[in-house]
Amino acid sequence: MSIGILALQGAFREQSEAVLRCGFKTKEVRKPEDLEDIQGLIVPGGESTTIGKLLTDYKLCKPLIKKIKEGMPVFGICAGMVILAEEIAGQDKAWLGLMKIKVVRNAYGRQIESFETDIEIPALGKPPFHAVFIRAPQVEKIGKNVEVMAVFQGRPVMVRQDNLLATSFHPEITKDDRIHRFFLDMVKNFK
Amino acid sequence: MEKGTWTVKKGLAEMLKGGVIMDVTSPEQAVIAEKAGACAVMALERVPADIRAAGGVARMADPVVIEEVMDAVTIPVMAKVRIGHFVEAQILESLGVDYIDESEVLTPADENYHIDKSKFKVPFVCGARNLGEALRRIGEGAAMIRTKGEPGTGNIVEAVRHMRLVMGEIRRLQNMSRDELMACAKEMAAPYELVCKVAETGQLPVVNFAAGGVATPADAALMMQLGADGVFVGSGIFKSENPERRAKAIVDATTHFNDPEMLAKISKNLGEAMPGLEIGTLEQRMQDRGW
Repeated sequence: MSIGILALQGAFREQSEAVLRCGFKTKEVRKPEDLEDIQGLIVPGGESTTIGKLLTDYKLCKPLIKKIKEGMPVFGICAGMVILAEEIAGQDKAWLGLMKIKVVRNAYGRQIESFETDIEIPALGKPPFHAVFIRAPQVEKIGKNVEVMAVFQGRPVMVRQDNLLATSFHPEITKDDRIHRFFLDMVKNFK
Repeated sequence: MEKGTWTVKKGLAEMLKGGVIMDVTSPEQAVIAEKAGACAVMALERVPADIRAAGGVARMADPVVIEEVMDAVTIPVMAKVRIGHFVEAQILESLGVDYIDESEVLTPADENYHIDKSKFKVPFVCGARNLGEALRRIGEGAAMIRTKGEPGTGNIVEAVRHMRLVMGEIRRLQNMSRDELMACAKEMAAPYELVCKVAETGQLPVVNFAAGGVATPADAALMMQLGADGVFVGSGIFKSENPERRAKAIVDATTHFNDPEMLAKISKNLGEAMPGLEIGTLEQRMQDRGW
């Protein structure tokens, strides 16, 4: 089984490393043909405007949306959450627009407000997850199919909707692979 | 909840990888850069080619220019301070810029000491010509490194030299035995702990971008293939004939750096690149500023 890593811009190498640590193969995705024979996809942290623009320019949106609607699991991290969201505050159009959430970009403030903290993720059990938030987005609104998996300061920071998973923070930075394993279980179960 | 930690400073640079950071001198240029797919912008009063031409003392930009750029775009905004000028850095931190470049493009304020960057909450990027210089800056708290290259020349030769030196020295360290590393740290004038870490991991402890002379998509791809994590473009975009098209092409080339067919397509019809300068003819080698 091969997990696609969207490699247009951002911290995609760390995503590959995390997936490899969990015993799966990875494939970097830059063009539509790279989407063939992958069973899941990770959209990494980076700049969502850059990643979104390149997704559009290289004609990846349509085939990707098709695959996701057919059930392929996708995990969006920080910028990846913004890419998946149906609504982005202050922006006319969404990128993939598949997840029923409204996000606010850089919602905690500029870089000097970036932070790390422990959060509880009930689905992963103990101990708490050390979460790193870098110019992170916030989820402002959620649709009715969206399950909130973790909350920080009253706002959802980890959400799931069927085959879509998204976090505001960066699980790859702390090398705690529990969220990646959770996602890879989603991939296995879909298979 | 902890802010301004090493992890979040280094982490932002990680998120910029595979991207292009563009020099801009106005909110209009910043918007062009963002639309072209820049992952961050560097707010300046003048691009390095103009600083070089103007001569005199180059300083931190007017905070108005920086604030206008910050208001115009949603991507991270960086700004430059003079080497050793920690008060300029305090000012930029208070403005809320996302990254500070302690840069040889500006006239140094201190010939002996760089800024103690570990004191700041805002992260710093610094230039380096070789591994020792990179590790000294990291030792002072820099959370990101870039090659110095030779700014404002549109000539890639110095950036290539610096990237090859850094990558070559990393490979050399990996083959050393433990007892050789202390002697090597002495010879490179680099912190011993960092030398050991590089020898063990085979990479710099922070992200390393290319800078100083990138003028074409092929230049960007060349630097990526030599091991850069991403690219800074200073004068190369807004001193060229068609900035919009060139900016987009350099972004595309940084993503598809390993795909010659794509690079051929990307390189077509970009108009004139910025005029280039031969390094031997320069009156001021900016890379020699700092140590």
